[in-house]
Amino acid sequence: MTTATNEKVNRSGFKFSDYQGLPTTLCKGCGHDNITRNIVQAYFELGIEPHNVVKTSGIGCSSKTPAYFIHRGYGLNSVHGRMPSVSIGAKLANHHLQVIGVSGDGDSASIGMGQFCHMIRRNVDMVYVIENNGVYGLTKGQFSATSERGAKSKVGEENYLADIDLCALSITLGGTFVARGFSNDAKQMLALVKAAVAHRGTAMLDVVSPCVTFNNHEGSTKSIHYVMEHDIRLNELGFVSPWEQPAAEVKPGEAVEIPMPDGSHLVVRGVGNHHDPHDKLGALQVLEESRKKGEILTGLIYIAEKEPDFNTAMKVNNPKTMAEMNEADCRPAKESFDKYLASFR
Amino acid sequence: MNPPPETLTPTKPQTPARVVVNDLSIEVATVNGTGSQSANNILAKSLFRMGIPISAKNLFPSNIQGLPTWFTIRVNKDGYTARKKELDWLIGMNAATWEKDVAALRPLAVVMWNSNELADAPVTARGDLVAYPIPMNDCIKNLAADAKLRKMLVNMVYVGAATQLLGLDETVVLKVIADNFKSKQKAIDINVQCLRAGIDYAKANLSKQDPYRVETMNANGNKILIEGNTIAALGCLMGGATVMGWYPITPSSSLAEALIALAKKHRVDGTTGTIRFADVQCEDELASIGLVLGAGWAGARSMTTTAGPGISLMSEFVGFGYYAEIPGVIFDVQRVGPSTGLPTRTAQGDVTAAAFCSHGDTEHLVLHPCSPEECYEFARISFDYAEQFQTPVFVLLDLDLGMNFWMSEPPQFTNEPFKRGKVLSPAQLDELKAKGEKWGRYLDVDGDGIPWRTLAGNPHPDAAYFTRGSGHDEQARYSEDPEVFKRNLDRIKKKIEGSRAKLPQPVLDTVPGAKIGIIAYGSTNNAMREARDQLTAAGVKTDYLRLRATPLATDAIDAFLKTHDRVYVVEQNRDGQMELMIRGVVTTPGSVDKIRHVRHYTGFPVDARSISDGILAQEQRR
Repeated sequence: MTTATNEKVNRSGFKFSDYQGLPTTLCKGCGHDNITRNIVQAYFELGIEPHNVVKTSGIGCSSKTPAYFIHRGYGLNSVHGRMPSVSIGAKLANHHLQVIGVSGDGDSASIGMGQFCHMIRRNVDMVYVIENNGVYGLTKGQFSATSERGAKSKVGEENYLADIDLCALSITLGGTFVARGFSNDAKQMLALVKAAVAHRGTAMLDVVSPCVTFNNHEGSTKSIHYVMEHDIRLNELGFVSPWEQPAAEVKPGEAVEIPMPDGSHLVVRGVGNHHDPHDKLGALQVLEESRKKGEILTGLIYIAEKEPDFNTAMKVNNPKTMAEMNEADCRPAKESFDKYLASFR
Repeated sequence: MNPPPETLTPTKPQTPARVVVNDLSIEVATVNGTGSQSANNILAKSLFRMGIPISAKNLFPSNIQGLPTWFTIRVNKDGYTARKKELDWLIGMNAATWEKDVAALRPLAVVMWNSNELADAPVTARGDLVAYPIPMNDCIKNLAADAKLRKMLVNMVYVGAATQLLGLDETVVLKVIADNFKSKQKAIDINVQCLRAGIDYAKANLSKQDPYRVETMNANGNKILIEGNTIAALGCLMGGATVMGWYPITPSSSLAEALIALAKKHRVDGTTGTIRFADVQCEDELASIGLVLGAGWAGARSMTTTAGPGISLMSEFVGFGYYAEIPGVIFDVQRVGPSTGLPTRTAQGDVTAAAFCSHGDTEHLVLHPCSPEECYEFARISFDYAEQFQTPVFVLLDLDLGMNFWMSEPPQFTNEPFKRGKVLSPAQLDELKAKGEKWGRYLDVDGDGIPWRTLAGNPHPDAAYFTRGSGHDEQARYSEDPEVFKRNLDRIKKKIEGSRAKLPQPVLDTVPGAKIGIIAYGSTNNAMREARDQLTAAGVKTDYLRLRATPLATDAIDAFLKTHDRVYVVEQNRDGQMELMIRGVVTTPGSVDKIRHVRHYTGFPVDARSISDGILAQEQRR
């Protein structure tokens, strides 16, 4: 798979550079670039074959980022808010593909909210990253639907509408993997991305990712400074690949250990709490409590790793992919064909 | 015209002055949701199985239950099966429309009605109709205890009475009933009893006073009676559709549902139990087309089914498919617009909306089937076109073609291989590399404007690329360079232009000495033979060019205009959408001035008389 160089290769024989992309064209210091870095790192470390990666997106700053990672994967930058639908199509066409969709708060909480909701409801096997900065960057700083009430825009306007909490929404929609990260917390995010890849179903990663140009000022509730001040970790997440040894033995009551379908393990250790990420009501409760306190709660909030994913529920993962199907796979026998038509006589 | 009979006592025997065999239109005026559909289908199917050419149409409301519905059957020995303007035989079952239904009848038309439910007065007041009152409730009152069931079964009484009065072959009717209810013997028995009740009542109480009779013919050969949507679904199965995203919308839903049923039967893996077809009922049409393009991009033969409002919603994505060059098939079963319009009525109103769907410069491949045969065939080959041209392809049916029953030759099974277009394998990429050539996703290496593509999952180091709807160069890299942008757009134009000669070509039908030409397409064709016969009888001989696709076959249209004095474009929309496109491609000087038109846009399918009268009026004015 790889050419002979001195560059280190992963378990699948791919170099780190196979997972890199074009140089970013986003603003210097953009939170999105931190997320990109962690995606590169996670996919490299997990040994995902890059040519099986499909990178989908909609429109917006976040939707440009698939060009900045895994250049040996296939990019599909679609239309505004419609990343979920093209992702579902690709996954149905070829279930071996590993889809990662990158979206923004404009994409997923406004124009494409319907597709977001139905994606979560369907539990399509993919990683769904929302790079959430509370603002429309490409059109120069309008509020988005995830912006908190009372937040101030760069020109001093105050937002009088309540924000949409994509994590709480996902849980009520039947989401099976709901997590929130912060772009500047690399350690947590790397574990979250790996866990998201290991999850079989829609892994929703709402990453607060400050916009350094339009939403990083005094009065913003998504500035780097504000988020650092208000970020409260719900849990510490350990990701253990199938070939790795856990760092320490997990004692009952101390942490929750979750075996994932691909053989990896998540070790979820509550920070000053005993929240079990399998507890749906508890998940909504911790979200609401932290919200009341004005905190930004990050970590793995909810997981239901045993729910069937969309393709499995639909029974469409055939020995061959849909893309490979030929005439013999698609057409009935001549006798059945003629018999069917005869029923209209 | 004969003077109307003075009284209409049904028991008074009268011998009809003349006999009309196998030529009438029957209309059942009923209420939707009352179970009349199966009775009507039995009547239509029985006539069809007697070997007489027929068509059957359901004129239904946009409603679930309780609103007026009219089911019409055209019986015609000459094979004229378009809607007939004049009604010959009314079966009245709906009190709400009864007075209007009777008032609309021409003198000497026949009317049969349920006299337990509908008043005799409107018929007697007119005095110029042939009247067959039947107390249908009474006929079956001892046959079923359940009032709700009786309400459904009462419809079989008129099937029985019509069988008796028109002379249908009883053994054929009985066989159709048996086939209709398959192995449900109880249902067969009770329906046969009600049929007999109708036959017996007519025998005992009604004497034949009308001229209409049906007689067994042998005109239908091997033909089937089928709706366009149903047979288009079979075309999709045979064409290799494997992924479908759709949103329910009249009049297209039955296409999607027929295909789902076929896949459940013919696409199940015997070992794994998995299905070689994925259908997703989407949250809206935007998601449908997104799913289609996602799947087409990843290499599956993908499709959606929709109608006009869906096309409007899909338009942004369709432009993305055009510009990013992604295959996918869109079935648009046209209904009446603009806006919600008449959801359960027919039109050819999406011709330009489909052809130029989306903002910016676009033009799409659009197929216009005219018959069940072409619904099947065009559905099947639409997937070839989509993959060969790497672009969204529309197949335009309409409600009349899609949801009504048409006679059709059964399509032949085919072993023709799929034409999957230009897809590079890892080995082919290796060959290119060995030759020192660099593959580019949007590079025109063959001079036909069609580039080569790779599919996600192809492990070759050169295979991956980035698809986007924003400006891009031959290597699929983002670009805002004005020259690059223009070059790419021109190449796509070249690709689409190339389809003119490859799409289904127009069908020309000429008669010696004709100076007048007619151009039509799609379901309008079904009235054309009759209309042209009417025109010939009136002294106007016509040649006929039937269009089957856009972008138009320019040469054929140019030649047709050149060789005729006047050419009438007949279509079922207000603004002459196809005429507009024809005018856009005609190159011969003077030809455009020869173009005339007849346009029909009431929501009802066009009838032959409207076409022939429309042309005659313009020819006589000259």
